[in-house]
Amino acid sequence: MKNFSGRVLFLDRSDINTDEIIPAKYLTEVSKEALKPHILEDLKLPSFSGPADCAGKSVIITRANFGCGSSREHAPWVLEVNGITAVIAESYARIFRQNMFNCGLLAIELKKEDIEGVFALKADDAVMDIDFSARRITVTSSHGRKEITFFLSPFDASLVEAGGWVEFADKRY
Amino acid sequence: MGKTITEKIFDAHCTDEPFTGTYVLKLDAVFCHEITTPIAINDLVRRGKDRVFDRNRIKAVIDHVTPAKDSKTAEQGKIMRDWARRHKIKDFFDVGSNGVCHALFPEKGFVRPGYTIIMGDSHTCTHGAFGAFAAGVGTTDLEVGILKGVCAFRKPQTIRVNLTGKPGKGVYAKDLILEVINKLTVKGATDCVIEFHGPVVAAMTMDSRMTLCNMAIEAGGTSGICMPDLVTVKYLWPFIKKQYASTGAAVQAFKKWHSDPDAEYVRVLDINVSKSAPRVTVGYKPDESKEVSAVKGTRVDQVYLGSCTNGRLEDLAIAAKMLKGKKIAPTVRGIVSPATPAVFAAALKRGYIDTFMKAGMCVTNPTCGACLGMSNGVLASGEVCASTTNRNFFGRMGKGGMVHLMSPATAAATAITGVITDPRKYL
Repeated sequence: MKNFSGRVLFLDRSDINTDEIIPAKYLTEVSKEALKPHILEDLKLPSFSGPADCAGKSVIITRANFGCGSSREHAPWVLEVNGITAVIAESYARIFRQNMFNCGLLAIELKKEDIEGVFALKADDAVMDIDFSARRITVTSSHGRKEITFFLSPFDASLVEAGGWVEFADKRY
Repeated sequence: MGKTITEKIFDAHCTDEPFTGTYVLKLDAVFCHEITTPIAINDLVRRGKDRVFDRNRIKAVIDHVTPAKDSKTAEQGKIMRDWARRHKIKDFFDVGSNGVCHALFPEKGFVRPGYTIIMGDSHTCTHGAFGAFAAGVGTTDLEVGILKGVCAFRKPQTIRVNLTGKPGKGVYAKDLILEVINKLTVKGATDCVIEFHGPVVAAMTMDSRMTLCNMAIEAGGTSGICMPDLVTVKYLWPFIKKQYASTGAAVQAFKKWHSDPDAEYVRVLDINVSKSAPRVTVGYKPDESKEVSAVKGTRVDQVYLGSCTNGRLEDLAIAAKMLKGKKIAPTVRGIVSPATPAVFAAALKRGYIDTFMKAGMCVTNPTCGACLGMSNGVLASGEVCASTTNRNFFGRMGKGGMVHLMSPATAAATAITGVITDPRKYL
């Protein structure tokens, strides 16, 4: 199982789409590593200055419907090769969410008020600790500290534990 | 209580329920293209599992960038080609026979009512037009599909959309689906299948139904779906005539895939299309659309007619009828990409290609190309395209470029004037 804790990247907008996460012109790559410099390249947000902001981050916190649009698994991959192993959002597009778990990555859903609570702690020094077995996240920053529990379906949790869908399916089918 | 078509398809294909609410479905077809499949192939090779579950149920095409434009796209094509040969996949479509997957595969008869289909492409929902459960998936789901012939889903809920009334002049399936997405929002159908019903759908051709289902994903939908009927049967008849005594018998047989009258829906959306108008998107999300009158006069640099949404014969016919004997505006670059070789050939025979060329448009080979800014019509920063495609995300057709989604009729009218134009005065 992967490590899901570390520094936090705050992306304060809903409906961030797959083309913003990784533009289609990079889909000609046949290795995941080659995607690395292009993370969130087309995302325009006042508080986000581009791929450099992703350095050293392990968790993304965002709003609703993250990862909408294309089915490209290049979106979770570009996060993964940049060391981002977990996303926390109010909701996801179905395919993106499934792709995350299929890769053994975490796509955690929290209620709107809990998402607000995490954004209230927004600061450069924000760190998130994700305790998978306790289903609990702890956010700490210079603005304070917050603990929130989360829910994972048994299937999603099994994919994370197995390391992904290929590993899960290969044992079972 | 009755069941929806999707519930019936799930019941007939569920091979495992590893956890409550998780359904592992047996797949009738796994579709593959060169953008999302090569990494799955490489991973299978790396794992020492370079196998396919059933070479006759795997259909593959090179369509996104074809013929290859550079070394990287050539490499993607080569990985697909070598893999198809290695596994004797007979339904593999390469340069000369290839076209946009969601137009090509139905045309080849690969989709049937009641089928389960996955593809590493979000617009796989198009095939729901035939009464199939067809879902876009990522590369890992595709990889397991190729290897094991299964895919896991949460059972989707269903949104029922009833289209009643009579569409006015200049109102097509594209305008109606833009209206549906506008009402549902880009996340309104997440984890849901959108079922299309009503006399308007019943009167639609398969080309129009595919346009309708194609954009279900733009509302977040797992798939779009229509009930199979005589229109479906007539389209499929060359492929199924040995299995059924008559078209009537096939229609009767496919009724087992109809949703029951007392099936349960999470939401019902009624739209009287008599009041609908041609629609155009205005922002960077597909749910941001307005009636054409609200944006008419907006300058465009390029008009694109093609894609899995609107690159079929019916779409080209509408545009050709409007452009016949006319020239496009000198400020506009007009690009037509017939979606498949068969569409291209028919358009040639009927004189549509001649009309487009005389109007001053460029006709490309069948490819996804410009829709996602990969080739054949990429925009420069600040440029605007009137497009019959399905996504208007910022930079989708080229970094810094803007796309207005619209029907082929509105696109043709816009090509003539150089600004977004209501098609009704040209019809």
